[in-house]
Amino acid sequence: MARLTYLAVLAGCLLGTLPLELWLRTRVYARPRRWLLAVAPAFVLFTAWDLYAIARRHWWYDPRQTTGVLLPGRLPLEEALFFLVVPTCAILAFEAVRAVLGWPAGDEPDADGDCGGGTR
Amino acid sequence: MTYTQLALLAAVAAVLADTVLLRTRLLGRRLFWTAYAIVLGFQLVTNGILAGRHVVSYDPAVILGPRLCFAPVEDLLFGFAMVTLTLSTWVRLGQRGRPVRNAGHSRSARRRAAAARARPGPTTASRRASGTDTRRSSTR
Repeated sequence: MARLTYLAVLAGCLLGTLPLELWLRTRVYARPRRWLLAVAPAFVLFTAWDLYAIARRHWWYDPRQTTGVLLPGRLPLEEALFFLVVPTCAILAFEAVRAVLGWPAGDEPDADGDCGGGTR
Repeated sequence: MTYTQLALLAAVAAVLADTVLLRTRLLGRRLFWTAYAIVLGFQLVTNGILAGRHVVSYDPAVILGPRLCFAPVEDLLFGFAMVTLTLSTWVRLGQRGRPVRNAGHSRSARRRAAAARARPGPTTASRRASGTDTRRSSTR
């Protein structure tokens, strides 16, 4: 069971943020194309950083607390998932705050809808 | 490069992505900072578990040394860069296909405005006058 530690942390992140999509209508998973495109740059850049850090031994992972599934570059499966899960959770949090507080993000369809200067 | 140097570089790059590259300017919005504060709280928890239980360990030679919730302080910059880049990309994607919002900022808009000034006429003048208020309010 210890080998599932890292995986369990990631699962906790996804399960913990799922209610935001279900009840606050964050519509992140509901827009799969935008969701995946938004996550892609962070996934590519931070995976590259991770591969560099692993190669230079800036950090390393406990084989007893990870599944042991290694992707090319000795990248643990959990690390690749981390760079999908965490950006996804960030978007869900962002959309949840917007849903609750109604503050603009700058991508609202009514281009001139936030006049007045005080809405930032 | 050390983790410290890379983390600083990443944070600066993320700020540049938001302000210059993608022009989303999220860093000027309370929506961003409120969401980031929430994400940061959960980052300290999850990262604390991973670093505290030694799921991940760091070479002391490539970090400054101070730790927050078991994780090196560099992780704060790492997380900030990842969250900022992701949210900036997310918002930028949401801006596609709608009328140009930051009309006053874009190079093509400036070219159009210059072209309009070069051949003034009653139509252009009235259009410019009517557009002034909209322009000012739509820059954010």
